[in-house]
Amino acid sequence: MTIAALAVGVPLWLVAVTSAKPQAEAIKPNLDLPRQWQPASNYADAVSQGEMLRGFLNSLLVVVPSVVLVLILGAGAAWVFARRTSKLVSAAYALCISGLLLPPAVITIVMELRQLGLSNTRPGMIAVYTGMYLSTSIFFMTGFIRAIPMELEEAARMDGASPSRIFWRIVLPLLRPVIATATIMVMLYAWSDIFYAFFVLGGGDRATLPLNLYQVASAQLYLNNWHLVFAYVVVMSLPMVAVFLVGQRKIVSGITSGAVK
Amino acid sequence: MTDTVVRTRKPAAQGAPKGVGRLPRAAVHHPWWFALPAIVVFAGFFLVPNLLNFYYPFTNWSSYHADIAFTGLDNFQTIAEDGSLLRAIRTTLVYALLAALFQNGFGLVLALLLEDDSRFNRFFRAVFFLPVLISALATGYVFQALLDQDGAVNSVLGTDIPWLGSTTWTLVIVTLIHGWKWMGLSMLIYLAGLKGIPGEMLEAAKCDGAGPWRTFWSVRWPMLAPAVTFNVTTALIGSMNTFDIVQATTGGGPAASTEVFNIYMFRVFGQGLYAQASTMSLVLFLIVVALAIPLVFGLRRREQLL
Repeated sequence: MTIAALAVGVPLWLVAVTSAKPQAEAIKPNLDLPRQWQPASNYADAVSQGEMLRGFLNSLLVVVPSVVLVLILGAGAAWVFARRTSKLVSAAYALCISGLLLPPAVITIVMELRQLGLSNTRPGMIAVYTGMYLSTSIFFMTGFIRAIPMELEEAARMDGASPSRIFWRIVLPLLRPVIATATIMVMLYAWSDIFYAFFVLGGGDRATLPLNLYQVASAQLYLNNWHLVFAYVVVMSLPMVAVFLVGQRKIVSGITSGAVK
Repeated sequence: MTDTVVRTRKPAAQGAPKGVGRLPRAAVHHPWWFALPAIVVFAGFFLVPNLLNFYYPFTNWSSYHADIAFTGLDNFQTIAEDGSLLRAIRTTLVYALLAALFQNGFGLVLALLLEDDSRFNRFFRAVFFLPVLISALATGYVFQALLDQDGAVNSVLGTDIPWLGSTTWTLVIVTLIHGWKWMGLSMLIYLAGLKGIPGEMLEAAKCDGAGPWRTFWSVRWPMLAPAVTFNVTTALIGSMNTFDIVQATTGGGPAASTEVFNIYMFRVFGQGLYAQASTMSLVLFLIVVALAIPLVFGLRRREQLL
């Protein structure tokens, strides 16, 4: 158990101490405590030199809409896929979750976005993330809805509720645990993605946090800015840790019912 | 249009006795248009690019030509002749295999160790999930700082080993990092699987005099089959799509020994050779399909047998 704890503890410790060191101490990264503590100025430098605030805003502007779209569109599709039985439905379901396994064709996505006039734009990035991660949410949600008794919907139908009303008032609220799971999975992928962001957004004004981090770290070939890189890593990771801590219990139950069934 | 469907079919469904006319009722209660937006977005931004990916590899699309012309198998020939095709296939397959092995191995061991619901265990579950929450790019930089020749590991051990400089072992080290980053997710899914085993089953095994090993192999492991299917498939197929960890630790080096498909695409796309990058993307697609289908069906059948 101690070995296992070390395996996670040491890397995290390295991040924490290095992000508080002055540059001279951080050039050769080690596990010592900083002789001179300067976390505040490192984080301030990461914000000013690394364009951190702009990156943070850019990340929010693509990740939040992507997650919302993935959840709402995914829930609608999952509801239909879980409740209807026909060959056409199973075929559509199989196609829609094929994205779990198939790799996105990132090069031709660039081509398509150019033709649509969406390359280097946030809507383009949102569309790509939504298309890529819909499979995850549909897969988890369909498994979850199948386990919800049909009677709940039928009771509302007796009272004369329309399908849209049933969807918004009954199905979506019941989906809360699996929505938590899907949210964290999609946020996790989209928040930390650099590969697709590189192709779709490129650098420049719309660069997201990971793209900025990549630029800061690539520049370190000449500068050795480990202290800034790790200050960046901390700031980039904290939102995800916060989201996880808030939704922890629901995330676990969502995974239980979605993946293992 | 949906409205008319609803109106014409509703009376029939209401008039019919229960259980009859299932299909029309489904059409009324769960109309297709709830699924349509998702299907349209998925088709538009996932399926269509993958279909286009069967065309562009056969063209000369690049930043050097104004228009795109058909060139047949030229791109395939180029990447086959300069050796990058076979190297990328080999590297990616080895990477996927080892990464899946480490991720699942670590994950399963952690799940078994932390199975009981104590406060201590719950804390450590959260700790081991932390790497999942840290971006793969950041993880890569952390390990670069640890494993650098001037890095923390060498300074603790008092050694001078170039951990990321071996053309043979660096690939293995990078897959270990991949396993480290994702083990928390595997752990969570295995935990979910373990929780799904009915308590009576374990008690029955105990009554029959089975020890912990025997219980594991005869009861728990077979009951974990769905979790194994999910974990192994996503780990194996997902890690074929790896990029960030490799880019941040080695950038594909040393001597291209860790150049997986996506690193190659990233590099060649940066050079403006779009069609060539797209060729590699098609090869990746075909290999994933060839691997995924037997894998999923094989593991599913195994679930039924166990």
